[in-house]
Amino acid sequence: MLLIACPYCGERPETEFRYAGEAHIARPHDPSALNDDEWVDFLYQRANPKGLHVERWRHIHGCARFFNAVRDTVSDRIFKTYEAGEPRPDVNAVAADVLAKESER
Amino acid sequence: MSRFRLPKGGRIDRARPISFRFDGKSYGGFVGDTLASALIANGVHLVGRSFKYHRPRGIMTAGADEMNALVGVGADQTRYTPNMRATLVELYHGLVAESQNRWPSLGFDVGAVNDFLSPFFPAGFYYKTFMWPKPAWKQLYEPVIRAAAGLGKAPTASDADRYMQCYAHCDVLVVGAGPAGLAAALAAAETGARVILCDEQREFGGSLLASDTDTAIDGLSAIEWVAKAVEALARHENVTLLTRTTAFGYYPHNFLGLIERVTDHVAQPDPALPRERLWQVRAKEVVLATGALERPLVFPENDRPGVMLADAARTYAARYAARPGTRAVIATAHDEAYRAALTLKQAGVQIAAIADMRPQAEGEWPAAARAAGIEVMTGTAITGTRGRMRVSGATLARIKGDGTAEKGEQFACDLVLMSGGFTPSVHLFSQSKGKLIYDEGLKAFVPGASPERNRSAGACAGETGLHATLESGYAAGEGAVRAAGFGGGLSGRSLTVTEKISAGGGFAGAVPHGRNPSFVKAFVDFQNDSTSKDIKLATREGFLSVEHVKRYTTTGMATDQGKTSNMNMLGILSDTLGKPIPEIGITTFRPPYTPVTFGAFAGMSRGELFDPARRTAIHDWAAEQGAAFEDVSLWKRAHYFPQAGEDMHAAVNRECKAVRESVGVFDASTLGKIEVVGPDAAEFMNRMYINAWTKLEPGRCRYGVMCREDGFVMDDGVVGRIAADRFHVTTTTGGAPAVLNMMEDYLQTEWPDLNVWLTSTTEQWAVIAVQGPNARKVLEPLVGDIDLSAAAMPHMSVREGHICGVQTRLFRVSFTGELGFEVNVPADYGRAVWEAIWASARRFDAVAYGTETMHVLRAEKGFIIVGQETDGTATPDDVGLTWAIGKLKKDFVGKRSLARAQMSNPQRKQLVGLLSLDNRSVLEEGAQIVANPNEPVPMAMIGHVTSSYWSSVLGHPIALAMVKGGRVRLGDTLHVPMPGKTLQVKVVEPVFFDKEGARLND
Ligand SMILES: [Zn+2]
Repeated sequence: MLLIACPYCGERPETEFRYAGEAHIARPHDPSALNDDEWVDFLYQRANPKGLHVERWRHIHGCARFFNAVRDTVSDRIFKTYEAGEPRPDVNAVAADVLAKESER
Repeated sequence: MSRFRLPKGGRIDRARPISFRFDGKSYGGFVGDTLASALIANGVHLVGRSFKYHRPRGIMTAGADEMNALVGVGADQTRYTPNMRATLVELYHGLVAESQNRWPSLGFDVGAVNDFLSPFFPAGFYYKTFMWPKPAWKQLYEPVIRAAAGLGKAPTASDADRYMQCYAHCDVLVVGAGPAGLAAALAAAETGARVILCDEQREFGGSLLASDTDTAIDGLSAIEWVAKAVEALARHENVTLLTRTTAFGYYPHNFLGLIERVTDHVAQPDPALPRERLWQVRAKEVVLATGALERPLVFPENDRPGVMLADAARTYAARYAARPGTRAVIATAHDEAYRAALTLKQAGVQIAAIADMRPQAEGEWPAAARAAGIEVMTGTAITGTRGRMRVSGATLARIKGDGTAEKGEQFACDLVLMSGGFTPSVHLFSQSKGKLIYDEGLKAFVPGASPERNRSAGACAGETGLHATLESGYAAGEGAVRAAGFGGGLSGRSLTVTEKISAGGGFAGAVPHGRNPSFVKAFVDFQNDSTSKDIKLATREGFLSVEHVKRYTTTGMATDQGKTSNMNMLGILSDTLGKPIPEIGITTFRPPYTPVTFGAFAGMSRGELFDPARRTAIHDWAAEQGAAFEDVSLWKRAHYFPQAGEDMHAAVNRECKAVRESVGVFDASTLGKIEVVGPDAAEFMNRMYINAWTKLEPGRCRYGVMCREDGFVMDDGVVGRIAADRFHVTTTTGGAPAVLNMMEDYLQTEWPDLNVWLTSTTEQWAVIAVQGPNARKVLEPLVGDIDLSAAAMPHMSVREGHICGVQTRLFRVSFTGELGFEVNVPADYGRAVWEAIWASARRFDAVAYGTETMHVLRAEKGFIIVGQETDGTATPDDVGLTWAIGKLKKDFVGKRSLARAQMSNPQRKQLVGLLSLDNRSVLEEGAQIVANPNEPVPMAMIGHVTSSYWSSVLGHPIALAMVKGGRVRLGDTLHVPMPGKTLQVKVVEPVFFDKEGARLND
């Protein structure tokens, strides 16, 4: 069971959360301006990486807020969580930073 | 006393003798014995039959790795547990155990014929043999195979025991309380950190409990050192000590599952205690001190009772004062077997010879064995054994320069001990997604790096020797506690250990035997009866990946998960494929480390507590009236209200007629309800629903349909506009949480600029539906401040006011096609208002009706139910709801998807009605529909029945269906093939009653 740091509440067990898919896929402002291929990309195409993934969680049995997390899909390690609406971070830099601080200790 | 019980020594309490039964026979033992040690002390080795060939099998290990001695324990079925390892079952007075997988008895087993038929049971025989004819699989092959090849039988009675679960947090969790684990816990505990130490055994100490008498740690005997360490740990308030507790699973973010056996070892358990306790531990740091397991040697007939792992035999003598035999032949590739030889010799076991596969054996231990007069034969392999129910002899042969074996020499014996070296127990480390590194010296994998915060210490990290093990334990404990943020308090310590140095060694693979391979069985996986021949055959048949060989031969797939077989399988593959072991790789370790009872996982979630039940304010009233209930998501809903002698159909027929003819009252409280409030509420509704909301006036309602972004119908419900900035939204009973979640998702992440608040009000409102021509007359006397007349309150309107003096939101809506109202009152008043309405309604021969009648009435009107007519792939147009779409809206969730060409393909499945041509057959919901029943199978299926009922009002059956291009098939005859017959149906409009809707507007 993951331990997830809600940006509003702090660390809580995974059972309080609900997964909500890849983050930073904004709904187009004018969907009708997209052709079918573009719309299908928006609807269905996901990065699904082996490695660092930026994803959405909702603290549904807590503050009920949606937020974003940088998680390594191989190790399940979560390197960062942040509020929805913040820009997408440089995931490699985020992970490298955490690991560097850890090896300092 | 039995001649196999040593007169002194061991960790048994000779002052507390106990008696127990095995296979109906009574035996004696002592507190401190396991079932296995007690049987050995009684001279009993034969304890089971093997899985596939039903070969006689004996106790082979002294721990969790036991593969043969699986027994059923428990005097009666309510407390019977099959497949218990006799090596871990603690003896208590009155224990009843039985052997498994034998019939009629352990000594004479009919299934043993499989052993002679073994040429017909090669690797993958399940896949090869029982292919055809197909029906025979279900009726013949599977039952016979299951009966003949198997482990214990599941108990037939419900489990009488209780199981508890608890959560725990700690700074350092130490798994295993052998020398390394104790040292780690001592180091961590000194700093004041919260430490949990767990071990699967009844007492801490691990290998030290079976220590040599001359071993000393800091001047103390091993046992004294353990006692001192445990005493020191127990003094710390911050330390939790858990014996009889197995860490079985390592999950992400240092979350570990521990199973504590609380009462299994007690004859008369305290009824206040659970049988087992499941600990769910979140640890900042984990120290794995899980030890190592000895490897069997794969030689012909290595499975006879009396063949044991060398260190297990030593443990029985040293820890349990049980003599495993009288004359032993020892086959080894590792120094530890010499230690076993010396301990057993001291215990009065004659050592016929030690056959060491290594060309030389010159370390301290072999020297000591030679000095004790034991014959040591280096460069020698064991190539076979004799005996039936017990081994009676072994063949030892010299290994030639080319690696093959000469013809051997016979040695009489009643005990064969084997040691292929030690395999570090990296199971938990591997579960933590840690990388394993192959160690050529140990012929085994050791821990590398893990993404989790853990470290391994002692034998599981590949350490050998007591001094190194203790040092690595202290270091791991210190490292862990520092990483957990604790500094200081770590006192200096000295460590002197008196021990003989082991030169190690190890072998993985098949021992050369020089015999005709067609006639020998050398077992790799004893529990699943797979042999070296099976593995070689698999490679010849083209299985080259270790994961494939494992599955094809089932090696490592028994309940012991390959604890003793994995490395030997890899060794054989390495030889056969000519590739080094690291290139072959290793199969994945998965939880649990040892089997865990279902009871522990279920915990208190049984019976009433299995699932939460949601009940409405009117539930008890319905129960008092004798309603039958059905589960709808977590809700208990009144299904129908049978009167004396009525079955469901009679009750529903009566309820339907009464609603159409007079009036019925229905508890609709389970409807999901969401209050959508704020200056941007209408804009938000416009974006979320396909309908247009801007022009809906306060006091009016609209049937709302919600799509997902992919354009498919997700939910529906009536929405009332209470004020310009306030909507009372209803959803389906089951869909409410998902609808609110989706609304929140869009509001929080896509449109945070909208000023809207969403609140679930499902449980705040009780909802009483009053439906039927007399509905208005029922309510009028109870409502003072709302004009219910058709002129003042038309269909699809909502008013706020009072009923019986209680605040209400009163909707004029209908899901029946009749004049109807839905009375919303605060849930606390639900029952009182219901009873007042019921009293008023009874003046008109009213019925209380349940969900079944609701379903029939709405189907007569062709109203869909989301999740019944729709299945997540239906568009609004598919189910006839195009009219609901706000055509002028530029955007709403799902709109762009609906614009895709495929979404308006005329061949999509569309909602239609079906009438049975025979006028009496009620179709099966879910039945497939075909156009031409004479087509060869498989016919083209063009649709399916979604709803089907007998309509008592119409006097014939009705059905709704989704049919390809259904709307252009109106009037066509289609076919519904059913077992034994094919029904003819006519396609009609999906409205069967009051097509014009006159009754609604009455
Ligand atoms: Zn939160």
